[in-house]
Amino acid sequence: MKILAMDTTTLVMGVAVLEENKVLGEVTTNLLKNHSVRLMPTIDRLLKDLDLKMTDMDVIAVTSGPGSYTGIRIGVTSAKTMAWARKIPLYSESSLTVLAMNGFRFPGLVVPIFDARRQRVYSGVYRTCGNKMEEVMKQQVVSIHEWLEQIAKREEPVLFLGDDVQSFRELIIQHLNERAVFGDPAENIPRPSQLGWLIWQKIIQGEKPESQAFTPNYLQLTQAEANWLQKQGNGESVHESQGRENCISSDGSV
Amino acid sequence: MIQKQSLVLGIETSCDETSAAVVADGTRVLSNVISSQMEVHRRFGGVVPEVASRRHVERITLIIEQALQEAQVELGDLDAIAVTQGPGLVGALLIGVAAGKALSFASGIPLVAVHHIAGHIYANHLVKPLEFPLVSLVVSGGHTELIYMEKHNHFERLGQTRDDAAGEAFDKVARLMNLPYPGGPQIDRLAVEGSISYDLPRAWLEPDSLDFSFSGLKSAVMQLMQKAKQRQEEIRPADLAASFQHAVIDVLVEKSIRAVKKTGVKHLLLAGGVSANSALRVQLSKRCEQEQIDLRIPPLELCTDNAAMIAAAGTFLFYEGKFADLTLNADPGLPLTYS
Ligand SMILES: [Zn+2]
Repeated sequence: MKILAMDTTTLVMGVAVLEENKVLGEVTTNLLKNHSVRLMPTIDRLLKDLDLKMTDMDVIAVTSGPGSYTGIRIGVTSAKTMAWARKIPLYSESSLTVLAMNGFRFPGLVVPIFDARRQRVYSGVYRTCGNKMEEVMKQQVVSIHEWLEQIAKREEPVLFLGDDVQSFRELIIQHLNERAVFGDPAENIPRPSQLGWLIWQKIIQGEKPESQAFTPNYLQLTQAEANWLQKQGNGESVHESQGRENCISSDGSV
Repeated sequence: MIQKQSLVLGIETSCDETSAAVVADGTRVLSNVISSQMEVHRRFGGVVPEVASRRHVERITLIIEQALQEAQVELGDLDAIAVTQGPGLVGALLIGVAAGKALSFASGIPLVAVHHIAGHIYANHLVKPLEFPLVSLVVSGGHTELIYMEKHNHFERLGQTRDDAAGEAFDKVARLMNLPYPGGPQIDRLAVEGSISYDLPRAWLEPDSLDFSFSGLKSAVMQLMQKAKQRQEEIRPADLAASFQHAVIDVLVEKSIRAVKKTGVKHLLLAGGVSANSALRVQLSKRCEQEQIDLRIPPLELCTDNAAMIAAAGTFLFYEGKFADLTLNADPGLPLTYS
């Protein structure tokens, strides 16, 4: 069973092909370059290098977010359409969980971070559990200060992962002192092969694929919807819903 | 030229409509599924790009599937996939482009990239084959242009708006008048009950210019309303709607006739969302009858954004072998040039 896995939720663009739990090939770039232009040619190139065709693929795997709204949609739309065209199942996994997999061997908590701007982050707290990463604190979009205060209450070493961690490094050390551990360069890049492996485990555990109406998990409402809700007097959901759409460049790059 | 027989799937996501269609030979609509988001955006008083993009992702394969089912064709029966590349909202366009490329790659069916305005023009081809040379007046929320076509896939712009698009002017004035969204059809409806009694300016620009300008007209409406308020006079909304609409249409009709005369063509095409405006249809028909110009107006369902028009325009790119590759990107400012 061959799995084609793709991730375009952050600056990192990744494509991998797995034969069950064996990685046949993987391409990862970390550039401010357009995922819309590069995703399909990258898939095409990787399959050619592997002497494989699209018809050889049995499963499509994609990250469902969070991350750049535009980036998420490029991956999800491409994956969804390929799966539909070939009539093969589509599976998805959180982009934070995929990044957390890079801390699989870490004896403590693993915290992947994507910058959500204005001192907020997309993040979750994970711990190794069997072959998977268990979510100890639910993934969310949260103020970095609030998040670090919560994490500091747990008396464990914490591994922070992701390129965006760099900009919060001082703050993290202030909160966690020597309990803070930082990822190596290779560990800070989400790997599409990790996505593929997570999906393979879902398949062998009999999990159902996504439906055709599958939508990304943006983790927050759009600015317009948040404002609208606020006007309706529904203040609660607003704090979590500060939009990020303004931060995405207009040429579709992420 | 490839054999003139084809089955083309169109995909259109440039704004707030998710649409897919199957068109045979560039002329016969086998299906034209349009999922409008108007209800979703109404509460915001206009199209919110991020909301539109999210909706497109959710619907895209369902709409494509429905289009194939209604046309009673299989994916493998298609000769080409035509997708709107631009212009439009970039985030929205990206969904169609990503879907088009993924579909083309997964199925091996060639892809063609269509200009949205070319699509609007080719909506007329679905009624009766285009006859060249022709001039098309393209009027929508984003465009007001006069296009000259000597042959298929060949576009030359004779004039365009220097500020607001005609549809945009309708929407802005509707907002000033506190009419519900979308404003264009509301003004059209209201104008029927009114009479042309307010004096509003028409921007003719330079004597030989085929360009348009509607921002002055919008300002004039605003001033008229402010003055009335200061004098505590009542504005008659139906009369204002009729007067405003007439001022827009006067210029659209006159410049179209000028373009036809200047180029010496026999055929004039109306295209774009504003072609649905009843007064524009009537007035342009009258003038064309007087001038003995063959006028083509698409039926209402083909005036607004739809994928059948994209498939029709894409069919002629397919015939000429003008394919797109996997690096195709959405282009919100795509120019309509010679191809
Ligand atoms: Zn349009």
